[in-house]
Amino acid sequence: MNRAAMLWRAASILVAAGFIAAWQLVANLRLVSPVFLPGPDRAWAALVRGFSSGDLAGKLIGTIEHMAYGWLAASIAGIALGALIGSSRMMRAYVAPSLEFLRPLPVSAIIPVAIAMLGLTQGMALFVIAFGAIWPIMLATIHGFAAVEPRLYEVARSLQMSRAAIIAKIALPSALPDILAGMRLSLTVALILSVVCEILAGLDGLGQWVLLSARAFRSADLFAGVILLGATGYLTSIAMSLVEQRLLAWQTAAR
Amino acid sequence: MRTLSLDRTRPLLLPLALMLAFEAWARLTHLQSDSLAPPSAILAALGAALADLSIPIATRDTLFAAFAGLAIGSAIGLSLGIAFGISRPLDRLMEVTVEAIRPIPSIALLPIALIALGFGYRMEIVIVAFACVWPMLIMTRSAVRSIEPRLMEVSRALRLSATQRITEIVIPAALPRIFVAFRLSAGIALIVAVTVEIAINPIGLGAGIMLAQQALRADLMLAYLVWIGVIGYALNILLIAAQRRLFGRAALAGDNS
Repeated sequence: MNRAAMLWRAASILVAAGFIAAWQLVANLRLVSPVFLPGPDRAWAALVRGFSSGDLAGKLIGTIEHMAYGWLAASIAGIALGALIGSSRMMRAYVAPSLEFLRPLPVSAIIPVAIAMLGLTQGMALFVIAFGAIWPIMLATIHGFAAVEPRLYEVARSLQMSRAAIIAKIALPSALPDILAGMRLSLTVALILSVVCEILAGLDGLGQWVLLSARAFRSADLFAGVILLGATGYLTSIAMSLVEQRLLAWQTAAR
Repeated sequence: MRTLSLDRTRPLLLPLALMLAFEAWARLTHLQSDSLAPPSAILAALGAALADLSIPIATRDTLFAAFAGLAIGSAIGLSLGIAFGISRPLDRLMEVTVEAIRPIPSIALLPIALIALGFGYRMEIVIVAFACVWPMLIMTRSAVRSIEPRLMEVSRALRLSATQRITEIVIPAALPRIFVAFRLSAGIALIVAVTVEIAINPIGLGAGIMLAQQALRADLMLAYLVWIGVIGYALNILLIAAQRRLFGRAALAGDNS
Protein backbone atom coordinates (compact mmCIF):
# COMPACT_ATOMS: atom_id res chain seq x y z
CA MET A 1 0.00 0.00 0.00
CA ASN A 2 1.52 3.35 -0.93
CA ARG A 3 1.34 6.51 1.07
CA ALA A 4 -1.69 8.06 -0.64
CA ALA A 5 -3.73 4.89 -0.27
CA MET A 6 -2.87 4.72 3.43
CA LEU A 7 -3.95 8.33 3.91
CA TRP A 8 -7.25 7.62 2.17
CA ARG A 9 -7.71 4.55 4.33
CA ALA A 10 -7.09 6.60 7.48
CA ALA A 11 -9.56 9.25 6.31
CA SER A 12 -12.09 6.55 5.59
CA ILE A 13 -11.68 5.11 9.09
CA LEU A 14 -12.17 8.62 10.46
CA VAL A 15 -15.44 8.92 8.53
CA ALA A 16 -16.62 5.61 9.97
CA ALA A 17 -15.65 6.83 13.43
CA GLY A 18 -17.66 9.97 12.73
CA PHE A 19 -20.73 7.85 11.98
CA ILE A 20 -20.25 5.96 15.23
CA ALA A 21 -19.95 9.27 17.09
CA ALA A 22 -23.17 10.46 15.44
CA TRP A 23 -24.85 7.22 16.51
CA GLN A 24 -23.62 7.86 20.08
CA LEU A 25 -24.96 11.41 19.92
CA VAL A 26 -28.39 10.25 18.70
CA ALA A 27 -28.51 7.69 21.50
CA ASN A 28 -27.34 10.17 24.16
CA LEU A 29 -29.87 12.79 23.13
CA ARG A 30 -32.53 10.06 23.16
CA LEU A 31 -33.74 11.02 19.67
CA VAL A 32 -34.67 7.36 19.33
CA SER A 33 -35.98 5.45 22.33
CA PRO A 34 -33.11 3.55 24.03
CA VAL A 35 -35.37 0.49 23.99
CA PHE A 36 -34.74 0.25 20.22
CA LEU A 37 -31.39 1.94 19.83
CA PRO A 38 -28.62 1.53 22.40
CA GLY A 39 -25.57 3.73 21.98
CA PRO A 40 -22.34 2.15 20.70
CA ASP A 41 -21.02 2.38 24.29
CA ARG A 42 -23.81 0.15 25.61
CA ALA A 43 -23.57 -2.23 22.64
CA TRP A 44 -19.80 -2.55 23.20
CA ALA A 45 -20.29 -3.08 26.94
CA ALA A 46 -22.86 -5.79 26.20
CA LEU A 47 -20.40 -7.41 23.80
CA VAL A 48 -17.62 -7.45 26.41
CA ARG A 49 -19.98 -8.61 29.16
CA GLY A 50 -21.38 -11.35 26.90
CA PHE A 51 -17.90 -12.72 26.27
CA SER A 52 -16.55 -12.40 29.82
CA SER A 53 -19.52 -13.62 31.85
CA GLY A 54 -22.27 -14.69 29.47
CA ASP A 55 -22.36 -17.42 26.87
CA LEU A 56 -21.93 -15.20 23.83
CA ALA A 57 -18.73 -17.02 22.86
CA GLY A 58 -20.62 -20.33 22.93
CA LYS A 59 -23.36 -18.88 20.71
CA LEU A 60 -20.79 -17.54 18.27
CA ILE A 61 -19.12 -20.95 18.08
CA GLY A 62 -22.54 -22.58 17.63
CA THR A 63 -23.33 -20.40 14.62
CA ILE A 64 -19.89 -20.88 13.10
CA GLU A 65 -20.22 -24.65 13.54
CA HIS A 66 -23.63 -24.78 11.83
CA MET A 67 -22.35 -22.63 9.02
CA ALA A 68 -19.06 -24.48 8.57
CA TYR A 69 -20.47 -28.03 8.64
CA GLY A 70 -23.35 -27.21 6.29
CA TRP A 71 -21.07 -25.32 3.94
CA LEU A 72 -18.39 -28.02 3.88
CA ALA A 73 -20.98 -30.72 3.20
CA ALA A 74 -22.45 -28.55 0.43
CA SER A 75 -19.01 -27.89 -1.05
CA ILE A 76 -18.06 -31.56 -1.22
CA ALA A 77 -21.44 -32.71 -2.54
CA GLY A 78 -21.78 -29.71 -4.84
CA ILE A 79 -18.39 -30.17 -6.49
CA ALA A 80 -18.90 -33.95 -6.81
CA LEU A 81 -22.39 -33.67 -8.31
CA GLY A 82 -21.37 -30.72 -10.44
CA ALA A 83 -18.39 -32.67 -11.79
CA LEU A 84 -20.59 -35.66 -12.50
CA ILE A 85 -23.19 -33.61 -14.37
CA GLY A 86 -20.78 -31.19 -15.98
CA SER A 87 -18.42 -33.80 -17.36
CA SER A 88 -21.09 -35.68 -19.27
CA ARG A 89 -22.87 -34.17 -22.25
CA MET A 90 -25.90 -36.40 -21.72
CA MET A 91 -26.30 -35.47 -18.05
CA ARG A 92 -25.99 -31.81 -18.97
CA ALA A 93 -28.79 -32.11 -21.51
CA TYR A 94 -31.18 -33.99 -19.23
CA VAL A 95 -30.41 -32.75 -15.72
CA ALA A 96 -29.14 -29.18 -16.05
CA PRO A 97 -32.50 -27.65 -17.15
CA SER A 98 -34.23 -29.01 -14.05
CA LEU A 99 -31.50 -27.48 -11.92
CA GLU A 100 -31.89 -24.14 -13.69
CA PHE A 101 -35.59 -24.29 -12.88
CA LEU A 102 -34.81 -24.82 -9.20
CA ARG A 103 -32.16 -22.09 -9.05
CA PRO A 104 -34.49 -19.09 -8.44
CA LEU A 105 -36.44 -20.99 -5.75
CA PRO A 106 -36.08 -19.19 -2.42
CA VAL A 107 -34.22 -21.95 -0.59
CA SER A 108 -35.64 -21.00 2.79
CA ALA A 109 -38.96 -22.42 1.52
CA ILE A 110 -37.42 -25.86 2.06
CA ILE A 111 -37.28 -25.20 5.83
CA PRO A 112 -40.89 -26.26 6.61
CA VAL A 113 -40.40 -29.45 4.61
CA ALA A 114 -37.17 -30.16 6.49
CA ILE A 115 -38.92 -29.51 9.81
CA ALA A 116 -41.70 -31.94 8.84
CA MET A 117 -39.14 -34.61 7.97
CA LEU A 118 -36.48 -34.12 10.63
CA GLY A 119 -38.10 -32.09 13.39
CA LEU A 120 -36.55 -29.07 15.12
CA THR A 121 -33.10 -30.64 15.32
CA GLN A 122 -29.45 -29.99 14.47
CA GLY A 123 -29.88 -32.44 11.61
CA MET A 124 -32.65 -30.29 10.17
CA ALA A 125 -30.44 -27.18 10.37
CA LEU A 126 -27.52 -28.95 8.70
CA PHE A 127 -29.76 -30.29 5.95
CA VAL A 128 -31.26 -26.86 5.25
CA ILE A 129 -27.89 -25.08 5.27
CA ALA A 130 -26.29 -27.70 3.03
CA PHE A 131 -29.29 -27.73 0.69
CA GLY A 132 -29.21 -23.95 0.38
CA ALA A 133 -25.45 -23.71 -0.03
CA ILE A 134 -25.14 -26.51 -2.59
CA TRP A 135 -26.81 -24.66 -5.50
CA PRO A 136 -24.29 -21.92 -6.19
CA ILE A 137 -21.41 -24.41 -5.89
CA MET A 138 -23.00 -27.10 -8.05
CA LEU A 139 -24.16 -24.71 -10.78
CA ALA A 140 -20.76 -22.99 -10.82
CA THR A 141 -19.03 -26.36 -11.12
CA ILE A 142 -21.28 -27.43 -14.01
CA HIS A 143 -20.64 -24.11 -15.73
CA GLY A 144 -16.91 -24.38 -15.11
CA PHE A 145 -16.79 -27.90 -16.52
CA ALA A 146 -18.81 -26.92 -19.58
CA ALA A 147 -16.50 -23.99 -20.28
CA VAL A 148 -13.25 -25.96 -20.32
CA GLU A 149 -11.19 -25.24 -23.43
CA PRO A 150 -12.18 -28.09 -25.82
CA ARG A 151 -8.63 -28.54 -27.08
CA LEU A 152 -7.57 -29.58 -23.59
CA TYR A 153 -10.00 -32.49 -23.84
CA GLU A 154 -8.55 -33.41 -27.23
CA VAL A 155 -5.10 -33.44 -25.73
CA ALA A 156 -6.37 -35.67 -22.91
CA ARG A 157 -7.91 -38.06 -25.40
CA SER A 158 -4.76 -38.36 -27.43
CA LEU A 159 -2.85 -38.99 -24.22
CA GLN A 160 -5.43 -41.69 -23.44
CA MET A 161 -6.18 -40.33 -19.99
CA SER A 162 -8.96 -41.98 -18.00
CA ARG A 163 -12.12 -40.06 -17.16
CA ALA A 164 -11.05 -39.70 -13.53
CA ALA A 165 -7.68 -38.35 -14.62
CA ILE A 166 -9.32 -35.91 -17.02
CA ILE A 167 -11.53 -34.60 -14.22
CA ALA A 168 -8.72 -34.32 -11.68
CA LYS A 169 -5.98 -32.99 -13.96
CA ILE A 170 -7.80 -30.89 -16.52
CA ALA A 171 -11.42 -30.08 -15.74
CA LEU A 172 -11.17 -29.33 -12.01
CA PRO A 173 -8.18 -26.96 -12.21
CA SER A 174 -9.66 -25.07 -15.13
CA ALA A 175 -13.07 -24.83 -13.44
CA LEU A 176 -11.51 -23.76 -10.13
CA PRO A 177 -12.18 -20.00 -10.46
CA ASP A 178 -15.89 -20.70 -11.07
CA ILE A 179 -16.06 -23.19 -8.22
CA LEU A 180 -14.41 -20.81 -5.77
CA ALA A 181 -16.76 -18.01 -6.79
CA GLY A 182 -19.68 -20.34 -6.14
CA MET A 183 -18.25 -21.33 -2.76
CA ARG A 184 -17.90 -17.69 -1.80
CA LEU A 185 -21.57 -17.02 -2.64
CA SER A 186 -22.58 -20.09 -0.67
CA LEU A 187 -20.77 -18.81 2.39
CA THR A 188 -23.25 -15.92 2.68
CA VAL A 189 -26.18 -18.26 2.07
CA ALA A 190 -24.92 -20.62 4.78
CA LEU A 191 -24.62 -17.80 7.33
CA ILE A 192 -28.14 -16.52 6.62
CA LEU A 193 -29.69 -19.99 6.77
CA SER A 194 -27.81 -20.77 10.01
CA VAL A 195 -29.36 -17.70 11.62
CA VAL A 196 -32.86 -18.55 10.32
CA CYS A 197 -32.63 -22.15 11.52
CA GLU A 198 -31.41 -21.05 14.95
CA ILE A 199 -34.30 -18.61 15.21
CA LEU A 200 -36.86 -21.23 14.18
CA ALA A 201 -35.55 -24.28 15.98
CA GLY A 202 -34.05 -22.56 19.04
CA LEU A 203 -30.65 -24.11 18.37
CA ASP A 204 -27.62 -22.78 20.23
CA GLY A 205 -26.30 -19.89 18.19
CA LEU A 206 -26.35 -16.17 17.51
CA GLY A 207 -29.76 -16.38 15.80
CA GLN A 208 -31.30 -17.64 19.01
CA TRP A 209 -29.32 -15.04 21.00
CA VAL A 210 -30.59 -12.06 18.98
CA LEU A 211 -34.17 -13.33 19.01
CA LEU A 212 -34.21 -13.89 22.79
CA SER A 213 -32.60 -10.48 23.36
CA ALA A 214 -35.28 -8.88 21.17
CA ARG A 215 -38.07 -10.70 23.03
CA ALA A 216 -36.69 -9.43 26.36
CA PHE A 217 -36.12 -5.92 24.91
CA ARG A 218 -32.40 -6.13 25.79
CA SER A 219 -31.39 -4.00 22.83
CA ALA A 220 -27.72 -3.72 23.82
CA ASP A 221 -27.35 -7.53 23.78
CA LEU A 222 -29.25 -7.60 20.49
CA PHE A 223 -26.86 -5.13 18.85
CA ALA A 224 -23.90 -7.04 20.23
CA GLY A 225 -25.23 -10.16 18.48
CA VAL A 226 -25.81 -8.31 15.20
CA ILE A 227 -22.29 -6.84 15.33
CA LEU A 228 -20.86 -10.33 15.83
CA LEU A 229 -22.88 -11.65 12.88
CA GLY A 230 -21.54 -8.83 10.72
CA ALA A 231 -17.99 -9.61 11.86
CA THR A 232 -18.52 -13.30 11.07
CA GLY A 233 -19.71 -12.46 7.56
CA TYR A 234 -16.81 -10.08 7.03
CA LEU A 235 -14.06 -12.35 8.35
CA THR A 236 -15.27 -15.46 6.51
CA SER A 237 -15.40 -13.55 3.24
CA ILE A 238 -11.88 -12.19 3.80
CA ALA A 239 -10.62 -15.69 4.59
CA MET A 240 -12.29 -16.92 1.41
CA SER A 241 -10.60 -14.29 -0.75
CA LEU A 242 -7.21 -15.16 0.78
CA VAL A 243 -7.78 -18.82 -0.11
CA GLU A 244 -8.94 -17.77 -3.56
CA GLN A 245 -5.83 -15.66 -4.15
CA ARG A 246 -3.60 -18.50 -3.04
CA LEU A 247 -5.28 -21.22 -5.04
CA LEU A 248 -5.50 -19.11 -8.18
CA ALA A 249 -1.99 -17.68 -7.97
CA TRP A 250 -0.82 -20.05 -10.73
CA GLN A 251 -3.50 -18.65 -13.04
CA THR A 252 -2.60 -15.00 -12.69
CA ALA A 253 1.05 -15.99 -13.10
CA ALA A 254 0.26 -17.82 -16.33
CA ARG A 255 -1.53 -14.88 -17.87
CA MET B 1 -37.76 -31.05 -37.03
CA ARG B 2 -37.43 -34.20 -35.03
CA THR B 3 -34.24 -33.08 -33.31
CA LEU B 4 -35.82 -29.74 -32.43
CA SER B 5 -38.79 -31.34 -30.68
CA LEU B 6 -36.40 -33.68 -28.87
CA ASP B 7 -34.39 -30.67 -27.70
CA ARG B 8 -37.52 -29.11 -26.33
CA THR B 9 -38.85 -32.15 -24.52
CA ARG B 10 -35.59 -33.49 -23.18
CA PRO B 11 -35.38 -31.07 -20.22
CA LEU B 12 -38.86 -32.16 -19.15
CA LEU B 13 -38.12 -35.89 -19.19
CA LEU B 14 -36.30 -36.06 -15.87
CA PRO B 15 -38.82 -34.18 -13.71
CA LEU B 16 -41.72 -36.04 -15.36
CA ALA B 17 -40.11 -39.42 -14.78
CA LEU B 18 -39.33 -38.56 -11.17
CA MET B 19 -42.89 -37.41 -10.53
CA LEU B 20 -44.39 -40.54 -12.12
CA ALA B 21 -42.09 -42.79 -10.12
CA PHE B 22 -42.94 -40.98 -6.91
CA GLU B 23 -46.67 -41.11 -7.65
CA ALA B 24 -46.48 -44.84 -8.32
CA TRP B 25 -44.42 -45.45 -5.18
CA ALA B 26 -46.83 -43.41 -3.03
CA ARG B 27 -49.84 -45.32 -4.38
CA LEU B 28 -48.27 -48.74 -4.05
CA THR B 29 -47.15 -48.20 -0.46
CA HIS B 30 -50.31 -46.27 0.54
CA LEU B 31 -48.08 -43.46 1.74
CA GLN B 32 -49.11 -41.91 5.05
CA SER B 33 -46.74 -39.10 5.90
CA ASP B 34 -46.50 -35.66 7.51
CA SER B 35 -43.78 -34.58 5.15
CA LEU B 36 -44.47 -36.20 1.76
CA ALA B 37 -47.48 -36.42 -0.52
CA PRO B 38 -47.94 -37.83 -4.03
CA PRO B 39 -47.85 -35.28 -6.88
CA SER B 40 -51.55 -35.77 -7.61
CA ALA B 41 -52.45 -34.78 -4.03
CA ILE B 42 -50.09 -31.79 -4.22
CA LEU B 43 -51.73 -30.61 -7.44
CA ALA B 44 -55.19 -31.06 -5.91
CA ALA B 45 -54.17 -29.05 -2.82
CA LEU B 46 -52.66 -26.37 -5.04
CA GLY B 47 -55.88 -26.15 -7.06
CA ALA B 48 -58.01 -25.93 -3.92
CA ALA B 49 -55.80 -23.25 -2.32
CA LEU B 50 -55.82 -21.24 -5.54
CA ALA B 51 -59.61 -21.53 -5.75
CA ASP B 52 -60.29 -20.47 -2.14
CA LEU B 53 -57.95 -17.48 -2.70
CA SER B 54 -55.64 -18.30 0.21
CA ILE B 55 -52.63 -18.66 -2.11
CA PRO B 56 -53.48 -15.61 -4.27
CA ILE B 57 -53.85 -13.43 -1.15
CA ALA B 58 -50.60 -14.75 0.33
CA THR B 59 -48.87 -14.15 -3.03
CA ARG B 60 -50.12 -10.57 -3.08
CA ASP B 61 -48.79 -9.95 0.45
CA THR B 62 -45.39 -11.45 -0.29
CA LEU B 63 -44.98 -9.68 -3.63
CA PHE B 64 -46.14 -6.36 -2.16
CA ALA B 65 -43.55 -6.51 0.63
CA ALA B 66 -40.85 -7.75 -1.75
CA PHE B 67 -41.48 -5.06 -4.39
CA ALA B 68 -41.85 -2.23 -1.89
CA GLY B 69 -38.56 -3.23 -0.28
CA LEU B 70 -36.98 -3.65 -3.71
CA ALA B 71 -38.11 -0.16 -4.77
CA ILE B 72 -36.77 1.51 -1.63
CA GLY B 73 -33.57 -0.52 -1.46
CA SER B 74 -32.68 -0.15 -5.12
CA ALA B 75 -33.41 3.59 -5.07
CA ILE B 76 -30.97 4.00 -2.17
CA GLY B 77 -28.42 1.65 -3.74
CA LEU B 78 -28.72 3.36 -7.12
CA SER B 79 -28.18 6.87 -5.77
CA LEU B 80 -25.26 5.83 -3.56
CA GLY B 81 -23.79 3.78 -6.42
CA ILE B 82 -23.95 6.73 -8.81
CA ALA B 83 -22.48 9.09 -6.22
CA PHE B 84 -19.64 6.69 -5.37
CA GLY B 85 -19.07 5.91 -9.04
CA ILE B 86 -18.75 9.55 -10.06
CA SER B 87 -16.71 10.77 -7.12
CA ARG B 88 -13.65 8.67 -6.34
CA PRO B 89 -12.84 10.65 -3.14
CA LEU B 90 -16.34 10.08 -1.76
CA ASP B 91 -16.05 6.38 -2.53
CA ARG B 92 -12.70 6.16 -0.74
CA LEU B 93 -13.98 8.07 2.29
CA MET B 94 -17.03 5.82 2.67
CA GLU B 95 -15.13 2.59 2.02
CA VAL B 96 -14.69 1.48 5.65
CA THR B 97 -18.27 2.37 6.58
CA VAL B 98 -19.71 0.42 3.64
CA GLU B 99 -17.43 -2.55 4.28
CA ALA B 100 -18.49 -2.60 7.92
CA ILE B 101 -22.24 -2.63 7.26
CA ARG B 102 -22.46 -4.72 4.09
CA PRO B 103 -21.50 -8.13 5.53
CA ILE B 104 -24.27 -8.03 8.16
CA PRO B 105 -26.65 -10.79 7.01
CA SER B 106 -29.98 -9.10 6.26
CA ILE B 107 -31.84 -11.62 8.36
CA ALA B 108 -29.85 -10.55 11.47
CA LEU B 109 -31.73 -7.25 11.31
CA LEU B 110 -34.96 -9.15 11.79
CA PRO B 111 -35.07 -8.88 15.61
CA ILE B 112 -34.19 -5.16 15.48
CA ALA B 113 -36.92 -4.50 12.92
CA LEU B 114 -39.26 -6.62 15.01
CA ILE B 115 -38.92 -4.61 18.21
CA ALA B 116 -38.84 -1.28 16.38
CA LEU B 117 -41.71 -1.88 13.95
CA GLY B 118 -43.63 -4.94 15.15
CA PHE B 119 -45.05 -7.64 12.89
CA GLY B 120 -46.42 -6.77 9.47
CA TYR B 121 -45.38 -5.27 6.15
CA ARG B 122 -43.15 -2.53 7.49
CA MET B 123 -40.51 -4.68 9.15
CA GLU B 124 -40.41 -7.00 6.16
CA ILE B 125 -40.02 -4.09 3.74
CA VAL B 126 -37.15 -2.62 5.78
CA ILE B 127 -35.25 -5.92 5.78
CA VAL B 128 -35.83 -6.49 2.05
CA ALA B 129 -34.69 -2.92 1.35
CA PHE B 130 -31.49 -3.44 3.36
CA ALA B 131 -30.72 -6.60 1.40
CA CYS B 132 -31.34 -4.90 -1.97
CA VAL B 133 -29.13 -1.85 -1.33
CA TRP B 134 -25.81 -3.70 -1.62
CA PRO B 135 -25.94 -5.51 -4.98
CA MET B 136 -27.42 -2.34 -6.47
CA LEU B 137 -24.73 -0.11 -4.92
CA ILE B 138 -21.79 -2.30 -5.89
CA MET B 139 -22.90 -2.99 -9.46
CA THR B 140 -24.06 0.56 -10.17
CA ARG B 141 -20.77 1.90 -8.87
CA SER B 142 -18.73 -0.33 -11.15
CA ALA B 143 -21.09 0.40 -14.08
CA VAL B 144 -20.69 4.14 -13.63
CA ARG B 145 -16.94 3.83 -13.24
CA SER B 146 -16.62 1.89 -16.49
CA ILE B 147 -18.39 4.55 -18.55
CA GLU B 148 -16.32 5.63 -21.51
CA PRO B 149 -14.21 8.54 -20.12
CA ARG B 150 -14.67 10.52 -23.31
CA LEU B 151 -18.41 10.72 -22.61
CA MET B 152 -17.60 12.49 -19.36
CA GLU B 153 -15.21 14.78 -21.21
CA VAL B 154 -17.97 15.65 -23.65
CA SER B 155 -20.31 16.45 -20.80
CA ARG B 156 -17.69 18.73 -19.33
CA ALA B 157 -17.11 20.42 -22.67
CA LEU B 158 -20.84 20.97 -23.04
CA ARG B 159 -20.85 22.47 -19.54
CA LEU B 160 -23.71 20.27 -18.40
CA SER B 161 -24.80 20.82 -14.83
CA ALA B 162 -24.29 18.00 -12.33
CA THR B 163 -27.93 16.85 -12.56
CA GLN B 164 -27.87 17.01 -16.36
CA ARG B 165 -24.67 15.04 -16.43
CA ILE B 166 -26.26 12.31 -14.31
CA THR B 167 -29.62 12.12 -16.10
CA GLU B 168 -28.33 12.56 -19.64
CA ILE B 169 -24.96 10.85 -19.66
CA VAL B 170 -24.33 8.65 -16.63
CA ILE B 171 -27.66 6.86 -16.24
CA PRO B 172 -28.25 6.10 -19.95
CA ALA B 173 -24.69 4.85 -20.38
CA ALA B 174 -24.81 2.62 -17.29
CA LEU B 175 -28.43 1.51 -17.69
CA PRO B 176 -27.90 -2.00 -19.14
CA ARG B 177 -25.69 -3.01 -16.25
CA ILE B 178 -27.92 -1.24 -13.73
CA PHE B 179 -30.80 -3.37 -15.01
CA VAL B 180 -28.78 -6.54 -14.45
CA ALA B 181 -28.24 -5.36 -10.87
CA PHE B 182 -31.96 -4.69 -10.56
CA ARG B 183 -32.79 -8.18 -11.82
CA LEU B 184 -30.48 -9.80 -9.28
CA SER B 185 -31.91 -7.58 -6.54
CA ALA B 186 -35.45 -8.62 -7.46
CA GLY B 187 -34.52 -12.26 -6.95
CA ILE B 188 -32.91 -11.39 -3.62
CA ALA B 189 -36.01 -9.39 -2.60
CA LEU B 190 -38.27 -12.39 -3.12
CA ILE B 191 -35.90 -14.71 -1.25
CA VAL B 192 -35.57 -12.35 1.71
CA ALA B 193 -39.32 -11.68 1.86
CA VAL B 194 -40.15 -15.40 1.96
CA THR B 195 -37.38 -16.03 4.50
CA VAL B 196 -38.62 -13.30 6.85
CA GLU B 197 -42.14 -14.73 6.62
CA ILE B 198 -40.94 -18.24 7.35
CA ALA B 199 -38.80 -17.10 10.28
CA ILE B 200 -41.25 -14.85 12.06
CA ASN B 201 -43.64 -12.61 10.11
CA PRO B 202 -47.20 -14.01 10.02
CA ILE B 203 -48.13 -12.86 6.49
CA GLY B 204 -47.63 -14.06 2.93
CA LEU B 205 -46.45 -17.26 1.31
CA GLY B 206 -43.79 -18.02 3.92
CA ALA B 207 -46.33 -17.89 6.73
CA GLY B 208 -48.70 -20.00 4.62
CA ILE B 209 -46.17 -22.78 4.14
CA MET B 210 -45.26 -22.76 7.86
CA LEU B 211 -48.94 -22.96 8.80
CA ALA B 212 -49.50 -25.89 6.45
CA GLN B 213 -46.51 -27.66 8.02
CA GLN B 214 -47.79 -27.08 11.56
CA ALA B 215 -51.21 -28.37 10.53
CA LEU B 216 -49.45 -31.53 9.24
CA ARG B 217 -50.90 -30.91 5.78
CA ALA B 218 -48.01 -32.29 3.73
CA ASP B 219 -49.94 -31.89 0.46
CA LEU B 220 -50.69 -28.21 1.10
CA MET B 221 -47.14 -27.54 2.34
CA LEU B 222 -45.63 -29.01 -0.83
CA ALA B 223 -48.22 -27.17 -2.92
CA TYR B 224 -46.95 -23.91 -1.38
CA LEU B 225 -43.37 -25.00 -2.08
CA VAL B 226 -44.19 -25.66 -5.74
CA TRP B 227 -46.04 -22.35 -6.00
CA ILE B 228 -43.15 -20.40 -4.44
CA GLY B 229 -40.86 -22.09 -6.98
CA VAL B 230 -43.18 -21.09 -9.83
CA ILE B 231 -43.28 -17.48 -8.62
CA GLY B 232 -39.50 -17.32 -8.37
CA TYR B 233 -39.08 -18.86 -11.81
CA ALA B 234 -41.71 -16.60 -13.40
CA LEU B 235 -40.16 -13.47 -11.92
CA ASN B 236 -36.76 -14.49 -13.24
CA ILE B 237 -38.09 -15.29 -16.75
CA LEU B 238 -40.05 -12.04 -16.85
CA LEU B 239 -37.05 -9.91 -15.93
CA ILE B 240 -34.75 -11.72 -18.37
CA ALA B 241 -37.33 -11.15 -21.12
CA ALA B 242 -37.58 -7.47 -20.18
CA GLN B 243 -33.81 -7.17 -20.23
CA ARG B 244 -33.56 -8.76 -23.71
CA ARG B 245 -36.31 -6.54 -24.98
CA LEU B 246 -34.89 -3.32 -23.55
CA PHE B 247 -31.19 -3.81 -24.14
CA GLY B 248 -30.85 -6.69 -26.58
CA ARG B 249 -28.85 -9.85 -26.07
CA ALA B 250 -25.63 -7.92 -25.59
CA ALA B 251 -26.73 -6.87 -22.12
CA LEU B 252 -26.77 -10.48 -20.95
CA ALA B 253 -23.05 -10.74 -21.62
CA GLY B 254 -22.25 -8.69 -18.52
CA ASP B 255 -24.21 -11.10 -16.34
CA ASN B 256 -21.32 -12.55 -14.45
CA SER B 257 -19.94 -9.25 -13.24
